[in-house]
Amino acid sequence: MNVHEYQGKEILRKYGVTTPRGIPCFSVDEAMAAAEELGGNVWVVKAQIHAGGRGKGGGVKVATNKEQLREYADAILGMQLVTPQTGPEGKLVNRLYIEEGADIADELYVGALVDRETQKVVLMCSSEGGMDIEEVAEATPEKILKIFVDPTTGLDRAEAKDVCAKIGIPDVAIEEGADFLEGLYQAFVASDASLAEINPLVVTGDNRVVALDAKFNIDSNALYRQEEIVAYRDLTEEDANEIEASKWGLSYISLDGNIGCLVNGAGLAMATMDIIQLYGGEPANFLDVGGGANKEQVTEAFKIMLANPKVEGILVNIFGGIMQCDVIAEGIVAAAKEVGLSVPLVVRLEGTNVKQGRAILDQSDVKLQTATTMADAAEKIAAAVKA
Amino acid sequence: MSILINKESRIVTQGITGNTGEFHTTQCLDYAFGRDCFVAGVTPGKAGQTVQGVPVLNTVAEAKEQHGVNASVIYVPPRFAAAAIDEAVDAELDLVICITEGIPVADMIKTRDRMRKMGSKTILVGPNCPGVITPEEVKIGIMPGYIHKKGSIGVVSRSGTLTYEAVHQLTQLGMGQSTCVGIGGDPVNGMKHIDVLKMFNDDPETEAVVMCGEIGGTDEEECAAWIKDNMTKPVAGFIAGVTAPPGKRMGHAGAIISGGQGTAQSKIDALRDAGVHVTVNPSEMGTTLQAALKA
Repeated sequence: MNVHEYQGKEILRKYGVTTPRGIPCFSVDEAMAAAEELGGNVWVVKAQIHAGGRGKGGGVKVATNKEQLREYADAILGMQLVTPQTGPEGKLVNRLYIEEGADIADELYVGALVDRETQKVVLMCSSEGGMDIEEVAEATPEKILKIFVDPTTGLDRAEAKDVCAKIGIPDVAIEEGADFLEGLYQAFVASDASLAEINPLVVTGDNRVVALDAKFNIDSNALYRQEEIVAYRDLTEEDANEIEASKWGLSYISLDGNIGCLVNGAGLAMATMDIIQLYGGEPANFLDVGGGANKEQVTEAFKIMLANPKVEGILVNIFGGIMQCDVIAEGIVAAAKEVGLSVPLVVRLEGTNVKQGRAILDQSDVKLQTATTMADAAEKIAAAVKA
Repeated sequence: MSILINKESRIVTQGITGNTGEFHTTQCLDYAFGRDCFVAGVTPGKAGQTVQGVPVLNTVAEAKEQHGVNASVIYVPPRFAAAAIDEAVDAELDLVICITEGIPVADMIKTRDRMRKMGSKTILVGPNCPGVITPEEVKIGIMPGYIHKKGSIGVVSRSGTLTYEAVHQLTQLGMGQSTCVGIGGDPVNGMKHIDVLKMFNDDPETEAVVMCGEIGGTDEEECAAWIKDNMTKPVAGFIAGVTAPPGKRMGHAGAIISGGQGTAQSKIDALRDAGVHVTVNPSEMGTTLQAALKA
């Protein structure tokens, strides 16, 4: 689950990480009132969407007077913000964050994530703040310093101070820098984060260490114990079809192609997408119906796939284990009837009760083609969509 | 021969009184030597009951003491599953197979750290995996037993149904399996591809290996480096997720391309460079291995 920047900063502040003062706003009037409350004469108007690169798309502006502030707030609120991470259609901006200006002396980077190899949380720190960290990792990997945190003893203070010095935090601010890293690590662990990225972390003119941005991803498996973070969820930022699918226990992700696919199991679902492309088609989605899908779930899966106007054909690939092919076959027949299926359908069943399953499909009056192997299925659906 | 499990294994099901635990234990009891192998179940506070004729105890330690179990399989709900692994590790079992899906990553970090610091010799498979099967001997997990056939091909995979697909293809081509290991799709887990490959390499009855990987992490790349220098047997491979876009989590918690790492192509390239026969067509995992054996 993702949260907004201002929510990420709320999490950070709970663990002693310094951030600029700011106020989230839903209207221009609220933005004006926020500036009044914050005081000063420089404010940053920041679009709140679940995507990075907001500055590049014109979603972050610095205002030096109230007229400018009104102008920027008005322009950004309601805009369709396009960033390198939103795709060409962009994202509608519904929320702003009005923040006091910061006197930036130096921009640095720090990110926390789970390192799969060492099975520890790693803090990645770099002097190259404000940049795309993936580009830094590619071009100058030596500029990224890693601290692997022992899960029992926590962050090693001496190591933290050493890294702070190496990424360019001045001597007078080293203790504060170490506190910052400690706070970030605590926030990461306490919120069950899978990613916490501060880019940039800045050193101010008066040598304060401040989080100018905050990006948090939360482990969705841990949401049951993260009540406060669940309350942060902003459904307007999520794909409506993906939300609908999750209600039915289906794992669905929209893609750009025209062939819908319904599969049991994540690995097989990816392999099915791959084989569709191998035979000249383009997958319209990833859809894993899970280990024990029933008739209702299959029907909902069809509805969700068909809600995508780009879908011109559907491939069903089921390898029955616990899931029985006859139950799935009944679900497919019922779903096709209920949704009034109007695009070509290819079904490949294998595994438990496959004979009964195929018989149900053969005897139904639903227009479909059956396939024996994944290759056969992919070839048939690609041909049907092109026809 | 086989790796990890055989008909001499003595197994306890943790979470046996839950629906999932009972259903799959029943399936496993009915497979080959299952009645000899599955000797106990554990659910705290439910000692004295029986499930499908299997006695239920309160703790894994009791199951070891009273029934001589050396392996466990876990169907405990996600929020209690890491503690169930800890319990099996404390009882010093040889092998723990955790089927449970949806364990918070932070819990697994603690559990793995604990295992390392206590110098545990217990081998963990999973979590979020289909389990392990040595065909015609014993099945520990949720895979459909009947698609397997005894033989000399080792199978290792991060995914469930994709493993079944690979196994089915092998069986259809008349190639039986020594052992099939599902290592699971979570970012922090127990055995990795490389650990299973090492065992297959040392197993005299395993002639060749099929490995199925997927996007996310660098396990396949690390495995490839090991294969290049050490593997003496043919390996056929498939990597799922060539079409998966970066930044989108494909069902499994671990299946995500992030930070430019974990793409299918980088894994395919690394495996090919190590001499693995990689197919990009998941319908051809079996025939690719067949060709590798003839090469």
